[in-house]
Order: sequence, then C-alpha cells, then structure tokens
Amino acid sequence: MELIVEGVRQALALLLALDRELLTITWLSLKVSCSATLISLALGLPSGTLLALSDFPGRRLIISMVNTGMGLPPVVVGLFVTIFLWRNGPIGFLEILYTPTAMVLAQAVIATPIVTGITIASIQNLPAKLKLQILALGATRLQMVWILVREARLPLLAAVMAGFGGVISEVGASMMVGGNIKGQTRVLTTATVMETGKGNFDVAIALSLVLLGLAFGVNYLLTVIQQRERPR
Amino acid sequence: MLVARILCAVLLLVMSTGGVAAFAAGEGGKTVILATTTSTQDSGLLDLLLPIFEKQSGYQVKTISVGSGQAMKMGERGEADVLLVHSPAAEQKFMAAGFGATRRLVMHNDFVVVGPTADPAKIRGSGAVEAIRRIARSGALFASRGDNSGTHAKEQGLWKAAGINPEGQQWYQQTGLGMGQTLNVAAEKKGYTLTDRATYQALRKNLSLDILSEGDGKLLNVYHVLELNSVKWPKVNRAGGKAFADFMVSKQAQQLIGSFGISRYGSALFFPDAGKTLEALGL
Repeated sequence: MELIVEGVRQALALLLALDRELLTITWLSLKVSCSATLISLALGLPSGTLLALSDFPGRRLIISMVNTGMGLPPVVVGLFVTIFLWRNGPIGFLEILYTPTAMVLAQAVIATPIVTGITIASIQNLPAKLKLQILALGATRLQMVWILVREARLPLLAAVMAGFGGVISEVGASMMVGGNIKGQTRVLTTATVMETGKGNFDVAIALSLVLLGLAFGVNYLLTVIQQRERPR
Repeated sequence: MLVARILCAVLLLVMSTGGVAAFAAGEGGKTVILATTTSTQDSGLLDLLLPIFEKQSGYQVKTISVGSGQAMKMGERGEADVLLVHSPAAEQKFMAAGFGATRRLVMHNDFVVVGPTADPAKIRGSGAVEAIRRIARSGALFASRGDNSGTHAKEQGLWKAAGINPEGQQWYQQTGLGMGQTLNVAAEKKGYTLTDRATYQALRKNLSLDILSEGDGKLLNVYHVLELNSVKWPKVNRAGGKAFADFMVSKQAQQLIGSFGISRYGSALFFPDAGKTLEALGL
C-alpha cells in the first residue's frame, strides 16, 4: 500500500515537472498509435463496407476471418512482422525494423481487423429497408453507400475507439518490432515493462497513469462527438 | 456538419504527425544494432556509456536488450552488428562456427545466490554447488530465468556440477523473464535465485532478498564484446560494430565501467578487464 501511495506521489511529481523523457515517450505513443489507427481506418472502413453490402461466394469465410482477426494477439503480429522485416527477411531491404515506422505497421495490422469487423456490424445493423428506400429515391450505388456510411457514423466512431484502444495499450508487438530503444522507439507500454524490470515502480506507475490518461482523453473526445449526435 | 468537420481536423492533425513518425525512420547506415543481455540495460550501465559513444563516433546505437542466448541467435542470423554478452561457453561455440569476427574481454562481475533472510535451505556461506544442492534437498523454491540467457547458462552449469536435474521438479520454477523480474518473482515467493551482482544491487531496495552464497570461483560472470563476421552477412554494419567494440575496450569506457555505480550503490557493479586474458581472471 505504501508503495502505491508513494508511487502515485512520485508519478504526479514527474508529471508536474513535465519530465522531458516522459514527454518524448508520450508523444511517440500518440504518434505511432494514431498513425496506425488512421491506416486501419483507411483500410478497414472501405473493406468493411464492401463486405457488409456485397454478396459473393466466400464472403462468410472472409467475415469469420475478420472476426477472428479482431482478437489477433499482438505478440503473434509482432513475431511475424519482425521476421518479415529482418535484414535478411522477405522485406528486409526496407530497413525499418526497430523504427517507429515498423511499430506503425505492426499496430495497423492489429487494428485493421478490429475496424473492419465493427464496420461490417454497424453497416449491417442499419434497417434493411433503408437500402431499398435510398435506391428507390433514385440514388446511384455510390450515393447509396455514402448515405449508409453516414447513417452508421455513430457506431463507426466506436470502431475508431476500439482500434485506437487496441493499439495504444498493446506491448508485445511494439516491444518486438520497436526494440524499446531510448529516444527512438520507446513508448508508454514498453517503457512501463522496462521500468518494472528495473524495479523503478514509481516511474512505471507514472507511465501507467499517463497511458490511462491518454486513452481516456482520446476516447472522451470521440465520445463527445458521438453522443452529440445521439438520436433523442 | 459539425461531426465531419471535427473528425477532419483530428485526422489532419494525426496525419501530419504520422508523417513525422514515418519520416524519422529512414536514416539507416549510421546506426549500429547492439544485441545485449538484460543486465547491461537493467543495471543502467548502457545509459551511461551509449551517449558518450554516440557523440564521439556519430553512430546511433539501437540497443536490443534480450538474453545472451537470443542475442547470439540474432548474431547468427546477421540481425545485429555487435554483441555484448556473458555466456562464455556459448560464445566459444559461436566463434568456432564462424559467426563472429573478434571476441574481446570487456569486464566482469560475479553471480551470487540470493534468497530469503530466513534461509530455509541453510545455504548461507556455502559454495555455489553446495548451495544449490541444499536448495534441491530442502525442496525450497528456486526461480530460474529459463530463457537461455547467460545467467541461465551459468545456472545450468551449476546443476550439472551438482549432478542434479532440476527440470520438472515442483520446487524449480522457470520464469522466462529478465533478471529484474525474476528477482521480483523470487522475492515475492520467498524463493532462491541466481543473479548477477549488478542487477541485484540496482534492485536491492525493492527486494527482500539477501546474498547467501558468493565469492565462489565458479560464479565469475564475464562479459565479452563480439564483432560479427560480415563475410557471412554482407548487410552487417562492420565498421559500426568495430567502432562500438573498440570503444568498449577503450581507456575511457573502461574507466567509466570501473567507477559506475560507486556513488549510487557504494561499490562498483562491474570490473573493467580490457586486454586481460581469462586465465588472469582465474578461469
């Protein structure tokens, strides 16, 4: 109990002093996870919409795969991305292992199925007659898709939150592909693991508090947007 | 539409910062990948040495802190440029197989057997082999790294010398974690473990563990710096690896190693050994 109180006290001291290293780590966490979420949105929204609205053989299989992918373990992603990015691996010529770019890549792999899966569910949850009605009013197919996506925008924001939440909190992949290098690829989660290993529990608690705060802040922003539009 | 506008603003902000993240990646060439053991990082030694090396040489060091076993595996695959490890028997095999170019002695400290103050297995003051024999006989918990690290290799050597096979025994638990976390496990479960002195000293304030067996010649812990064979792996940064290895045995680095930790822990954590032979250390 004493450790927790002392840890929180030290954590607040570090936060209030705006410790330079803490700021660097926090900023990188935000950059990497936001970039990864953005990429996953660019990939997941269109493919999710397509899967929800189209009909072709093998569609169910693909959707099951996407749904399985929503629970993709970060360490597994980390392992495979590392093997691919090794100097002597299939895409080693890119030379991006142990860089933030590699972390963005791995996190995007983790977040994309999450965004895709929730997109499929949100679009499919729209009333079935809506589609017919839009078409009956003379909309082109593209216009119809656009209207449906707009109608589903509130649940789609949940996809953004889930995707971001999934990657900002993961440690396995970031540790493997980033390497937790000081000043370069050290993010909040990997730094927490390292400081715990070093026995610096106060710093670890400080990092955890920042991580929680960050996750809360981003989700609060998104929730405010979402709830403002809630049907009353 | 307000939502769309806010979202657009957020996305633009993120994209611009994401661009920075992607940009910061492609420096290549001037980076050196150092694969090393957890003890050099967890003790804080590298935090002291690397900034100085980076400033002098212009290279940027990427430290991948893993067990010695994994570090050498990375070396075998040409995924690192230089190794700083402490697993002599495995290093000799590594060199004999032609994976390394040079292997130079950097420093040593020693391993110690730590355990709860109450010492249920009564090992206090005994030699290393006798100590683990007593732990086995008493059935007191022993936390093993279990990760092919240098410490794990040393521990396996001790079990072999004692003629005991601890695998699968109830009292023998493998954590698969780094030294710092394994020490925490041992402390929490009131068990024994083998640790390098540097990590133990750096973490002692949080641990309820005492040094119970030390000073045995079998417990010497030596660190070597290994340059890799770039004939085998052309992508290895030979020059960068050599620069780092040269730095580690330089007068300046050796002096820093020898004085590291004195002000904070009251005694040095590592003893500089550049230019010495293993025989001089009594191995």
